[in-house]
Amino acid sequence: MNSMHKVAADQQALMAVEGLSKRYQEGNDLAVEQVSFQLYTGEILALLGPSGCGKTTTLRMLAGFEHPTAGQIYLHRRDVTELPPQKRNIGIVFQDYALFPHMSLLRNVTFAMRHLPKSQQQDKAMQWLELVGLTDYAKRYPHELSGGQQQRVALARTLAAEPELVLLDEPFSNLDAALRESTRKEMRSLFKEAGTSVILVTHDQAEAMTFADKVGVMQKGRLIQMDTPQQVYQHPANAFVAKFLGHTNLLPGRALGGFAETPLGNINLHTASEGDVQLSLRPEDLELTASDNPQAARVVDREFRGHDYLYVLEQDGVQYCAITPSHNYFEVGSHVTLASARQASVLPSAGL
Amino acid sequence: MTTSAASYIYRIWGQRPPFYILIPSVVAALAMVLPLFYLFLRAFQADSGELAELILRQRNLDLLFNTLKLTLGVLVLTTLMALPTAWLVTRTDISCKRLITILAVVPLAVPGYVMAYALLGLGGHYGVFAQLFGWELPRIQGYTGAVLALSLYTFPYLFLNLRATFLGFDRSLEESAQSFGYSQRAIFFKILLPHMAPALMAGWLVIGLYVMGDFGAVALMRYEAFSYAIYTQYSSAFDRIYAAWLSLMLLALAGSFVLMETLVLKRKRLASVGSGIARPKAASKLGWKALPAWVYLAVIFLSSIGLPVMILSYWLFLSPPDLRFFLEVPGTFLRSASAALPAALVAAGFALPIAYLLVRYPSRISTAIERSTYIGYALPPLTLALAMVFFALHTAYFLYQTLALLIFTWALATLALAMGPIRSSLMQTRANLEEASFSLGHGPVSTFFHVIFPRLRRGILASIAIVFLFCMKELPITFLLAPTGYTTLAVTVFSRTSEGLMAEAAPFAAAIVIFSSLSVGMVLNREGKQ
Repeated sequence: MNSMHKVAADQQALMAVEGLSKRYQEGNDLAVEQVSFQLYTGEILALLGPSGCGKTTTLRMLAGFEHPTAGQIYLHRRDVTELPPQKRNIGIVFQDYALFPHMSLLRNVTFAMRHLPKSQQQDKAMQWLELVGLTDYAKRYPHELSGGQQQRVALARTLAAEPELVLLDEPFSNLDAALRESTRKEMRSLFKEAGTSVILVTHDQAEAMTFADKVGVMQKGRLIQMDTPQQVYQHPANAFVAKFLGHTNLLPGRALGGFAETPLGNINLHTASEGDVQLSLRPEDLELTASDNPQAARVVDREFRGHDYLYVLEQDGVQYCAITPSHNYFEVGSHVTLASARQASVLPSAGL
Repeated sequence: MTTSAASYIYRIWGQRPPFYILIPSVVAALAMVLPLFYLFLRAFQADSGELAELILRQRNLDLLFNTLKLTLGVLVLTTLMALPTAWLVTRTDISCKRLITILAVVPLAVPGYVMAYALLGLGGHYGVFAQLFGWELPRIQGYTGAVLALSLYTFPYLFLNLRATFLGFDRSLEESAQSFGYSQRAIFFKILLPHMAPALMAGWLVIGLYVMGDFGAVALMRYEAFSYAIYTQYSSAFDRIYAAWLSLMLLALAGSFVLMETLVLKRKRLASVGSGIARPKAASKLGWKALPAWVYLAVIFLSSIGLPVMILSYWLFLSPPDLRFFLEVPGTFLRSASAALPAALVAAGFALPIAYLLVRYPSRISTAIERSTYIGYALPPLTLALAMVFFALHTAYFLYQTLALLIFTWALATLALAMGPIRSSLMQTRANLEEASFSLGHGPVSTFFHVIFPRLRRGILASIAIVFLFCMKELPITFLLAPTGYTTLAVTVFSRTSEGLMAEAAPFAAAIVIFSSLSVGMVLNREGKQ
């Protein structure tokens, strides 16, 4: 990216984060290390990573609850790094919602409307509650609501402050599986209609990929890769990202331009390369064909998952995984040949 | 990048606490150290020859021996009262458990000096026993009197600690010992008792500190312990340097007691297992042993509750003093309250930022500040009061003999007490709520009034009530610091009893007992919720 391009991008960015680092205690490792990214208006960004990777700390620094050890946060090109949370106009929905237990739902929502005169607050708050379908509960108290309802109130309360940016801290983790998917869909369409800019923190790769426009994968405090879900999934920046976003086969290979020699034969490469490489091949990109050859891969395990099968295969002492549609099945113990149906992505050597 | 000074602060604090939390906390911590400073200042005013003579006096050793003997006596007696009672109400099928528990806490309403009043009024030629039954009991005083008065008042502290531990004890430990074939008796000594150690130690610490610092009961019983000697030294002999030295010796004694407990407890905690979710133990059947158990309980409750009730009833109803003494009570009560209430507000006002600092900004410094509040609590009250006298005389003469000094000193002595309820209600309020309020655009003041205060209201009120009740029956600090003519209920009981005016003291003692029952009600309320 040349510098001209970068300046132009900066001017449009809603939020720009530069070299953000956090060390909780002297002598400890950095919890967040040199994180930089930009977020554009109306975008939904998911920060994805295992627990302890620094994603929540990053979010808390953006909200203003933690003071960064180094780095800057810009909102509309204004440096907000030193601003207290109440002056940032950034909303946050907490993992456990943090509804005020001593206030009714209506009061919880009007509490967020400091920018409006008192006379308008009630009506406007009812509109926000209507948006999340909870007008009937306006007089109730948080403990009288189910988890899903509490979450919707928390969202309405955050939106009622009309923030520039909404932060979501593991917003779906306290919902049961059935509710999670529908809530995710509703929330995404709500944000998209309103053009709300969102940063979401999650450890659930499926959630990140379905909910966000962009996924930033974090590992040990560093932002490893940030791109569209498709790009991050198909072309992970390293082995960690490849594995974190789902099952994958990591193959050693010897690249010869457009293809590489691997234990599974020659495989075409997404980007031409030379020399020893590590390849990532998703299980759904492996094709299985029944084989009589005892030297071919053996089916070690098979897991029925409804819409498909997940196979564990073994060839020359190495295990591979493959996903096939459920009409296409092989018995455990039978032999199959493995072939790549797609170009494999080459992992940069740093990821080895 | 921030400047090096700022980053240094961050390094120590982790997070930066706002100044309106930090400043009051630091002020309170400094105020805790203040009395110690003046005590040392005064003590070292003596020249070196005098100093050697003061410190090496034979009398110091006698006082040390007497104080230790008193403390040991009280600890033994309270354990003999509290341990079996706690065991009976938690581990046996004895009936009326709730009633026994209440009765075992009620003596807290009878402060040591009122208990001493009751014991003194019992025996002797003019004693209640002689008056009622024509049979003269020996006068209870001196060592026996002091041990009895203090034990009867303080054993509930130990009882409450032990009861909580018995209730929380995981029965699987006992059951596994049973499965190895150990008898009930062996299990009690080999399994239960070692696990009781932390509760015993904690109870002993509270009682031990109280006994060392107690002044009322010891002075009324004329037992030569440190606090009594400090008092006579200060009030009659007026040798203030020697009084300061005695205070320092008492302080060293109390300090080593705290230190000893901490060392022992540290090792004990390592040895004990996590409590987990404990299932209550099935009650053991008492059978015929219920009879001696009830006799034992009757003796305890007759002496700890029956005795003061009997003596007070005698002087109030059978041989009452002149009506005007009764009429003095409301005025004295209000006078006590007029200083106790401000003290309670000051203590709670300082406890709030310190508790907040401790819970929301944990760091070594906040822990140190919190720990410092215990100085005021653990300092023997006479030592604290004397130090404040020195402070006023030396630096702030305008405070000498004023209510403000009394209020300030009470607040220092009770800050640790006030911390308790506020800290626990703050711990139940998640930091998230405040962050949510901030992110919705509310500043610290708005957040405090809308979000924090409504959650802490009960805790703050409980803190105020605890400190208020404490001050209402407080004796030694009041005695030394109250302005001339400012007499409280406690001071009146003390001075009249020491002059032998038992009838004239009775209405005031009764008022204290009735009022203190409120604090007992609060303790019971809290216990009931557990």
